[in-house]
Amino acid sequence: MNIPKINTPRINSPRLFKFQILILLITITSTSALLASNSTDSDTQSKAARSKIDNLTLVANGAWKSECGSCHLAFPPGLLPERSWRKMMTSLDKHFGENARVDEKLAREITQFLVANSADLSGNRRSSKILQSIPRENTPLRITETNYFIRKHDEISASVFKRPKIGSAANCSACHKGAEQGDFSEHNVSIPR
Amino acid sequence: MNSLLLKIIFVATSLINFIMIDIAVAATDTNPQLLLKSYAAQAKKENPSFKEFASLRGEQFYHAERVHSEGDKVSCMTCHTTNPKNIGKTRAHKEIKPMAVSLNTERFSDTEKVEKWFKRNCQDVLERTCSAQEKGDFIAYLLSVK
Repeated sequence: MNIPKINTPRINSPRLFKFQILILLITITSTSALLASNSTDSDTQSKAARSKIDNLTLVANGAWKSECGSCHLAFPPGLLPERSWRKMMTSLDKHFGENARVDEKLAREITQFLVANSADLSGNRRSSKILQSIPRENTPLRITETNYFIRKHDEISASVFKRPKIGSAANCSACHKGAEQGDFSEHNVSIPR
Repeated sequence: MNSLLLKIIFVATSLINFIMIDIAVAATDTNPQLLLKSYAAQAKKENPSFKEFASLRGEQFYHAERVHSEGDKVSCMTCHTTNPKNIGKTRAHKEIKPMAVSLNTERFSDTEKVEKWFKRNCQDVLERTCSAQEKGDFIAYLLSVK
C-alpha cells in the first residue's frame, strides 16, 4: 500500500544508517583504546621531557603512584640512586618490616620507572647533590640516611619529627606541602606544631 | 529502512556510548552488595553450614586485639583507629580515608583494590588469608556504621 507522506523530509536512509554504524564503531574503538591505555602508563610517560626547574619533576607513572603511594608518600625516584631502587624492588617482601610485594609485571614496570628517573639518571640539581652525598660503596634504602638529607634537616630536632601531625622523617608531606608534586623547596615548608 | 528502526538505532547507540564512557572514566566495577553476594557464595563453598553474614561478627573482628608472632600487638585498629568513621594512619603516618561506607562511598567499589588490601592486611594482622565469611562480616559491619 502506498501511503503518501506529506511534509516528511526526505532522508537517504541507507546512508544515514551506515553513518550511524560508523559513529558506533569509532566510539567503541576509541573507548576501548581509552580503557586499554589506563592500564599501561609506563614507557611513553617516563620518557617525557623533564623540566629544568629545581623541583624533582614527577613523571607520573600510574602503577608507581598507586602501589608505592598507598602507605606513604610515593617518594620521588630522583631521591635515591638506581642501585638503591633495584635493591628495594628485589626485597619488597622485607620492606621496612612489611611485605610490600606486588605482582611481577607491576614490579618490572615500577622498577623501570624508578631507574629511569633515579638520581643517577635524572638531570635534576637536587638529585645530583643527593647522589654526590652518598658514598659509592653505600646503597641506602632510606632517603633519611643520606648525608644530603641529614645536612638539610640538621636544624630540626628529633622531637619535631615525633610530633603527632608528623610522626617520622619519612612523612615528607607533613612539612613539605609540595612533596606530592616533587617540590621540596625550603620556601614551601610549613612545620606543624 | 523505516524511521522507527532508525530511531531505535539512534537510541541504542547513544546508550552504548554513554555506558562505555561511564566504564572508561570510573575505576569502579563493583559495590558492597555485589561483593557480599560473591563472598556469600564463596563462604557457602568453604563452609556448607554458612547461613549469612553478621555485622556484629564483623565488629568483633575489626576490634579484636591480636598478638603478632613477632611480639607486637596488632589489630585492624592499629591503622584504621577504634572507629571506622575516623581518618586512619598507615605505619608510615600517611592518612587513610574512613572505612565506614557511609562516610566514604569509594569503599568496596573496586574488586582488585578490595582483594589486594584484604590479602595484605589479613597477612599483617592475622598472618593468614581471611576466609570469605570474615570478609563478608567485615563489609557488613562497615556498611552498618552510620
